[in-house]
Formats: sequence, C-alpha cells, structure tokens
Amino acid sequence: MENILEIRNLTKTFQGFTLNNISFSLPKGFITGFIGPNGSGKTTTIKLIMNLLRKDEGEISIFGLDHIKHESEVKNRIGFVYDENHYYEELTAEQMKRFVASAYNNWDEEKFTSFARKFGLPLNKKIKDLSRGMKVKFSLAIALSHDADLLIMDEPTSGLDPVIRSEILDILHDVIQDENKGVFFSTHITSDLDRIADYIIMIYKGEILFNKTKDELIEEHAIIKGPLSLLDTSLKNSLIGIKKGKYGFEAMAASREAADALVKAGATAEKPALEDIMLFYTRKENGNA
Amino acid sequence: MNIIISNTSDKPIYQQIADQIKDHIMRGALAEAEPLPSIRSLAKDLNISVITTKRAYDELEKEGFIVTLAGKGSYVAAQNKELLRESRIKIAEEKLFEAVAAAKAAEITLEELEEMLKFFYEEA
Repeated sequence: MENILEIRNLTKTFQGFTLNNISFSLPKGFITGFIGPNGSGKTTTIKLIMNLLRKDEGEISIFGLDHIKHESEVKNRIGFVYDENHYYEELTAEQMKRFVASAYNNWDEEKFTSFARKFGLPLNKKIKDLSRGMKVKFSLAIALSHDADLLIMDEPTSGLDPVIRSEILDILHDVIQDENKGVFFSTHITSDLDRIADYIIMIYKGEILFNKTKDELIEEHAIIKGPLSLLDTSLKNSLIGIKKGKYGFEAMAASREAADALVKAGATAEKPALEDIMLFYTRKENGNA
Repeated sequence: MNIIISNTSDKPIYQQIADQIKDHIMRGALAEAEPLPSIRSLAKDLNISVITTKRAYDELEKEGFIVTLAGKGSYVAAQNKELLRESRIKIAEEKLFEAVAAAKAAEITLEELEEMLKFFYEEA
C-alpha cells in the first residue's frame, strides 16, 4: 500500500520534553487518528511535519517528497487545520481568505463559498472577532477548498459543539471517498475517532505506544473487572493499568487469550472505547499498578 | 436495504454488517448480480471506518456471497439457492443430532424431546 506520509526516526528535544525517535507511516485512503493525553507530543509532531519547527533528526516525506526540500509543492497539497489561530487578527475573514487563496494552485472558490454557507461563516467579520468554533470552521473551509490530498488536523474538534463535530466527521468521510486522499487527525477527544478512524497511532511521553487498525485495537483489548484475589495469581501479569478498589479491581487485558483466561477465573470483560485504552495505558505509566 | 449497527453488541461491527447482508441475500432482498455500495460510501453512510466495511466485504467474499471486481466494485454472487438451503439444512441436522445425543444421555424420551422441540420451534 502506498504511503501518503512517512516519518522515520524523528527526534526533537526541548527542555523537559523529547520527541524520541518516532517512526510511522500513513497509508492513503484512510483516516488515521493520532491520540495521546495533552503534552504527549502530538502538536510537536504535527509542527515538525509542517516544518513549523526545526527537527533535530529524522526524515519526513510527504507524497514521497522530502517535506523541506519540496516544501511549497508539498504544502500546496496539504489542508492544514491547526488548533491555534495562525491568521492575521485584523483582517476580515473575506480578506484573509483572498490572501490565502492566492497561495494555492488549485483554489476552488465555489467550494469555499459552499462551505462558508454550510458553516455559517460571517466573512465580513474580523478574524479576532470570530468565536473559537468559527475560527476552526474558517480554517477547515480553507483546508477543504484547494483539493488537498492530505488533511492534517491538530485538535480540530476541541471546543466545538457535538453538532458541528459530527458535521466535520461527515466531511472527513467525504474526503476519503477518494481513495488517494488521506486524513491525519490529532485529538484527545477520542470519541470522535471511535467510529470513523481506520488507524490509531497513540503517542505518550514522546514515544509511539502503538500504531494499529482501530478494529484490531478494540478487539484485542478488554476492560477487566474482578475480585482482588485474582491479582495474587499469575494472571496479574497480563493486566495493564490495574486500579484496585475496596470491592475489586479494574484493569485492561491486551489480548483475547488473557481476557478469556481472566473471565474463566471469575472476572468480567467488557468491550473498551478508545478512551479506555488510552486511559489504561497511561495509568500504567503512572505507577498505580 | 437496511443495515442496523449496534455499538453495544458484543458482535464486532464488521460481523454485524456481513450477517445482515447475508440475510438480505438469503431472503432474496438482494438479487443476484446486484451491485453493492462501495466500501467507502457504505462506511460514510454507516458512519464507521473504511477498514470495517472492507473487512465485512472480505468476509462475504470468502464465503462466496459476493464477488469483487477490481475497479468495478462488489456484486451479489450467483447463488445456488438450492445449495444454500442444503447447507442450512445440514446445520440443523447436526444440531438436532447433538440434541438427541444430549437427550439420550439424560434419559429424555422421544416424546419429551418432541415436546421441547415443538415448544422451541414455536417460541423462536
């Protein structure tokens, strides 16, 4: 399968945080969710991809091209939605749009107008007077109006109401009706990804914990609840993020076999949501086990 | 064609889709050679991931219910209805055989067993 984005051995060190030698790739035709708690390195990774931060080491290629050597070509084909505002505050949305549109080869004014109408964008308002939701929608309308092959979105849905969020997810489905396009979507609101994501990459403390299809992740993990006595057996070794309570424990099993063995021994197993998986994996690191 | 997905079911979503399409084919609601929606449009309409719908189609293809032509999409395979029915009958026979063996082991009479069968047949 052809990859739309490839990252190899990417490293970036700040004081107090290192994005540590991460590698992953994005196949085209799919929606990939990039999850992790705040401060895990999601935004750093995205800024490095967009060359808004200088990498220390590693390679990034987009559409098979080096992201710095071919920066303008690559950026022309990326729709970027960023969680902070990167537009000029004093311009109106209409002026800003004209400015941005001129930078793209494939600007589609009709498409923009239709998104602006759909999102109810007040184009005559100054950027600084737009609400947070409107700013995101404005930036999404721009990202979708130049026939981008790759959408990169950093926390696009945070701060948006559920109706708009579900509209955005619908639009992402529209994008990948074309199997040559791809979506890379970072979020800590994992419920947005529970249904639509094809692949999930989880990053934590600057390292990639896993990169799998969402279906595999959900199928192989189970939330386990059981009596404390089970924790005195060897079954304990197959559990992640154990939380002991007065009346029993709660943890996550990372394989079907482990879950089956635990159920046989008297525990219950439930299907997890992505949020549960994220929670239990990070809880393990908190040393509560 | 209706496809109803339950998020709380223990059955994986791809399996729910495959089973429902299978039922539509068995009941003749989906006719032979009828085109199925593309995996991408089905994923959008059901609001689920492309990989999930793809897996459902792969499953259906493996079992011979649909065929997928590269670049053209998926179609309901030519079904040998007689063969389908036969295979279902065979499953029923096997289960009945198991039930009989279990009944004999528990010294249940044929009459009692018939009674049970009748009850379940009418209840199910």
